[in-house]
Amino acid sequence: MAKRDAPPRWDRKMQQRLARGEAAALGELYDRFASLVHGLAHRVLGDERAADGITRDVFAHVWEHPDAYDPKQGPLRTWVATLTHRLAVQRLRATETAALARAGHGSTEELERKVRHASVAARADYIVQSMPVPLRAALELAYFQRRDYRQTAADLGVTEDEARRRLRLGLQLLSTAHDTAAPGAPPGYGGAV
Amino acid sequence: MSDAHPYEAYGEHEGFDGGEDAGGAGDAGDDKGRQESYESREAGDAAAGAEGGDHGGGADGSAGPGGPGGPGSPPNGTGKGPDPARKPRIPMPRSSVEDSGRPLPSLHELGDLGGLGGLGGLGDLGDPGNPAAPPLPPLPPDLPHHVLKSLLGAWALAACAPEETAAVEEHLGSCGPCADEALRLREAVGLLHPPESLDLDPALRTRVLDGCLDRRPPRIPVPGWADPYDAETARLDALLQDIGDSEWHAPVRLRWFEADRPTSRRTTVAGVIAHLLSVDGLVAVALGLDDPLGEVTADAPTPSARTEAYWGASQRPYNRAVRRPWREQSHDLVRTVSFTGSRTSPVSYGDFELSLQDALLDRAFECWVHAEDIAEAVDYPYEPPSPRHLHGMIDLGARMLPTVLAARRQAGRAAPGKGRHLVPAGEPGRSLRLEIEGSGGGEWMVPLDSPAAKGSAEHEVAHVALDGVEFCRLAAGHVSPEEAAAGQDGDREAIRAVLFAAASLSRM
Repeated sequence: MAKRDAPPRWDRKMQQRLARGEAAALGELYDRFASLVHGLAHRVLGDERAADGITRDVFAHVWEHPDAYDPKQGPLRTWVATLTHRLAVQRLRATETAALARAGHGSTEELERKVRHASVAARADYIVQSMPVPLRAALELAYFQRRDYRQTAADLGVTEDEARRRLRLGLQLLSTAHDTAAPGAPPGYGGAV
Repeated sequence: MSDAHPYEAYGEHEGFDGGEDAGGAGDAGDDKGRQESYESREAGDAAAGAEGGDHGGGADGSAGPGGPGGPGSPPNGTGKGPDPARKPRIPMPRSSVEDSGRPLPSLHELGDLGGLGGLGGLGDLGDPGNPAAPPLPPLPPDLPHHVLKSLLGAWALAACAPEETAAVEEHLGSCGPCADEALRLREAVGLLHPPESLDLDPALRTRVLDGCLDRRPPRIPVPGWADPYDAETARLDALLQDIGDSEWHAPVRLRWFEADRPTSRRTTVAGVIAHLLSVDGLVAVALGLDDPLGEVTADAPTPSARTEAYWGASQRPYNRAVRRPWREQSHDLVRTVSFTGSRTSPVSYGDFELSLQDALLDRAFECWVHAEDIAEAVDYPYEPPSPRHLHGMIDLGARMLPTVLAARRQAGRAAPGKGRHLVPAGEPGRSLRLEIEGSGGGEWMVPLDSPAAKGSAEHEVAHVALDGVEFCRLAAGHVSPEEAAAGQDGDREAIRAVLFAAASLSRM
């Protein structure tokens, strides 16, 4: 499916249809993004039912506030992923805080570390899903199929130079999952190194 | 990648947690666990060696952990890069000890080391290693800086040749920027997870959408009679999302009844979707949408002729690309009927026609039946529709039976029936009580002698009891009338006529 490459036109029309109160548009929105939303929520929360709950909340929010999305600010997909991320991390922090209070032991540092870890993992998933297909394909071959870069090049029908470039670029993109800077901040702020 | 930016700010990244747990691999008790622990120890040695500037021909350096756990490891496993706070600037590659050319540890050694924990910051390897090791550590070739830099990604993934690995690692000892990047990329490798298998509960869609519509009632709702089609196409689409490229070419045998005999036609998973696309196109045409057949002309405007024409028009076998036009058309149909409502001319199937509501119900039924064909071909589980939708489909079949019975009598496929009694239109006539059990079930009085007569309990001459899903299989031509598990009571000829009529509802 060419979902990832859908033109911004689709985003704009979808927003207009949602704003118009078209139930069929809501169904299409769900069909396009439900697995993204549920997958990210599940990566953060590690729980099926909690991920179901986040999925419900995300679509309810979009349906009730279609104007909150501004097509000029970027793709609808990114906006939906960001919303999901925020709600899921909120939920994780809330449940972990409650668990901490109940248990009476553990530290807030541990809690924050857990939240951060889940958050980075979800962001990494999103980056992998959203990166250009050639980069993802190269990473999949080298990592999951355990092909070396020469075999990767042969499998993809590209030069060895190109295979090296794709692997490096793919990992560079992935490493931004650690970045905790707000958009616009200098790159590398708060990064891993 | 501004997409990837977080939207909540937290403090600086502080290495990885789980450092204290890393040595726990040694407690696993099995040989693999011990070996991992051993390799962690090796990595510690290697790190120490690197600190002393001794690369030992790259041998030590290539024995480190820090790599991913491999495809089989848990998503949040402990396969982590080294702790940047405590490690030298050269991150450990993920290659296993076997790749380095060092002698493998003996089982005895493994036993000794198995209990050693606390190798903080060093993750497990989860790397079974390659049995075939190069005989000697190769000498690092003399590579220019830009080549070494270009190798960093491949190096971080342990996807270089051994001599390149050695060359990169030697370089990292003397080049700060490359060492920084190497560490960052190696940590990124730890973020690669096998994709979670996302079997979204199909019922979640209904729950989520209903929840939304409760909160904000739609100005343009999807008509209730389009719900089954909307739900069934979404369920099939979710199945299609999960299947691999090659599974699109898995053979599928379409089965139906023709002239009271089981008939079948061979195709593939993709061919089934092409079939659904071309027959759903009948509804699209009735709604004034584009015909998916486009320039292709069918011999007749019937489901089978359209399908054969569409199949025949393609130069190559259909593949997964057919999913998109099918899905777009099904979305367009749901969207369009939300605006037009039911006031559209009937949908022609060539030799008969159905109202728009019934046509969409029929398409929902076909979508489910063929989704089951596909699920069977690729060995996936598939559930029947929700009881409410199933009920609608059964109801459609039951309502079509009197007309089909009449047509079969005319064609000489059914005897007029002993005691056939024609009554004025709208009057109660001889009837068969069709009792459908299970989810979506109910009771229907089927007038036997004329579609114009009214079904009547007082004129009941026979009673058939059947499970709902079994009835649908019968109507889909997937079980024969003789074999359908049906409880029967009363006029045997009437029962036989109705069961055969149900089977003849099926078509390609």
